[in-house]
Amino acid sequence: MQGSLQSSSYKKLEQKSKYTNIFLRWFLYFVLILFASYFIFPLYVMIVTSLKTMEEIRQGTLLTWPSALNFESWGVAWGGRGYGAGDTYLKPYFWNSIKMVVPAVFFSTFIGAMAGYVLTKWRFKGDKWVFLFLLFGCFIPYQAILLPMARTLGVLGISNSVIGLVLVHTVYGIPFTTLFFRNFYVSIPSELVKAARIDGAGFFKIFFKILLPISTPIIVVTVIWQFTQIWNDFLFGSTFSFGEAAPIQVALNNMVLSSTSVKEYNVDMASAIIAGIPTLIVYVLAGKYFIRGLTSGAVKG
Amino acid sequence: MKTLKIEDLSKNFGSTEVLKKINLEIDEGNFLVLLGPSGCGKSTLLNIIAGLETINEGNVYIDDYNVSKVEPKDRNIAMVFQSYALYPSMNVKENMIFGLKQAKTSKEKIEEQLKKVSSFLQVDSLLERKPSQLSGGQRQRVAIGRALVREPRIFLFDEPLSNLDAKLRVEMRREIKKLHQQLKTTVVYVTHDQTEAMSLGTKIAIMNHGVIQQNDTPENIYNKPSNTFVADFIGSPSMNLIKGNLKQNSDNISFIAEGSNLEIPIKHYDFKNKSELSNNEVYFGIRPEHIYFKKLNEDDLEINLRADLSEYIGHEQIVTFNFSNQEILAKFPSTINVELNKETKLYVDLTQVSLFDSKNEERI
Repeated sequence: MQGSLQSSSYKKLEQKSKYTNIFLRWFLYFVLILFASYFIFPLYVMIVTSLKTMEEIRQGTLLTWPSALNFESWGVAWGGRGYGAGDTYLKPYFWNSIKMVVPAVFFSTFIGAMAGYVLTKWRFKGDKWVFLFLLFGCFIPYQAILLPMARTLGVLGISNSVIGLVLVHTVYGIPFTTLFFRNFYVSIPSELVKAARIDGAGFFKIFFKILLPISTPIIVVTVIWQFTQIWNDFLFGSTFSFGEAAPIQVALNNMVLSSTSVKEYNVDMASAIIAGIPTLIVYVLAGKYFIRGLTSGAVKG
Repeated sequence: MKTLKIEDLSKNFGSTEVLKKINLEIDEGNFLVLLGPSGCGKSTLLNIIAGLETINEGNVYIDDYNVSKVEPKDRNIAMVFQSYALYPSMNVKENMIFGLKQAKTSKEKIEEQLKKVSSFLQVDSLLERKPSQLSGGQRQRVAIGRALVREPRIFLFDEPLSNLDAKLRVEMRREIKKLHQQLKTTVVYVTHDQTEAMSLGTKIAIMNHGVIQQNDTPENIYNKPSNTFVADFIGSPSMNLIKGNLKQNSDNISFIAEGSNLEIPIKHYDFKNKSELSNNEVYFGIRPEHIYFKKLNEDDLEINLRADLSEYIGHEQIVTFNFSNQEILAKFPSTINVELNKETKLYVDLTQVSLFDSKNEERI
């Protein structure tokens, strides 16, 4: 008698928890969808606007789907209208940015890897101080170094050039890249280096043959980080370069803010998307390593 | 000629003295185990022999050649690490021949060595695998193989079995022993496990606080510990050390424990210097396994003690007795039935006694 009583009350509890679970599940989906649309909404507006003609935009229908897919504004954003003076378009500046970002990412990553290697596997007196000062570099506001850096570039004779920007971005990337690699190499047993030393490998051989081949996760993290930072940089680009040597973000700004003609929202949107595409590609290609690499250094004991 | 000789070696990290005036010699073909609690400096000593740590004072000689300032790769040594330290990006074969390649060995010689060692260690079927695809025991074997292919003068082992589970550890211990018996190489082996040390070593150097406490054969370490630290460190449970006094009249010496009036005759003891027994306060040391339940020898001392505690561990039991308020542990086969809280008749093997000065804790 008592047993059946109990089982029926259990059934009631079971039923109740089932309903609660269903409710919570739907609530969760609702919240997630809400936030997802909140984030995706601006992108939607950008894409839709870039595909509309100016007439359509003037009608004030911000959210509607374009009546016809019109890629003309993309062409204008990339290659211009073809008439001479005053026509700003992204193509040359896009290549400027590529020419800046590739060597800057390469050098800052490489130097960071080397520095991280030395700071963990070839400890020397005062290495903690060196690391501490490098860390300060992560926290220095870039505005504070604009003037000294401009002077330095002037002395070196590379102001207003892509090479100058490569140097600036390499130098200010090193604190971050060193931090990444140092934290990764700290988790790699030093016995590996000892074994290699007994086997007769030297400083560079150990780095290139033993440590670098197992550094893929952290290299990916560093490359994504540096690529995003340098590609999206506006401050250094606008300060240390102008005219033809400017990177894409500066050109984008000039295009959008040029007050000479009518505002062409469709071209502006297309330009903004073009300027953002490379970082997106890097994320899509290497994104899964990004999370893995960020945590691997910290968790692996 | 000594294969390895260490002379007045001192090492400090900042103001911490890790090794103090270490002197050590190893003959060709010996298996020396450096044994001690963690932080005693044994791993540092091994790293110094390998050349991975610098020396503050003293010298290291290999084959009578002073190698104190010689690079690790030129010392003709090989090392096996606790974490195996296999190169993760290389497969087993590349791992094993990495050192030979660095030394610019000819291709034929490399192939020959690889073939010999890999079949000897039974890793020839694993040559193409990456370290991450190997089990703990296999990794260990490859790590040993990497050391073997170089045919070094001295093998250095840094706690190579600590990362293995208990069963595999015993297996690999036997394999290392076999390896040494077959190859007759000179080995320096660091461990904190006394069973490993006892079973593997031809010589054991027990270290504590950067000083070698005793460097001797396993038998002497066990039977004639040179001080109370060694007596306490070796053996499980460790040696009973009973505080008391020596009484000397004419030729007979006897021991009286603190708070007791029982005179224990010291008959078969081999004193270091009998005439200079200045301090009469001593520790009377007897191992738990040398206290019997039945009389075994003619001279065994009969004694009545109260049993306080019994720990059953399968093949044997450890019983704690009260001897004039000092705890005495004894080890019996688990088949014997010991009644607790009751006086029990025991027999102490007086041929197995160790005596230590109570002040400097050295063997007398």
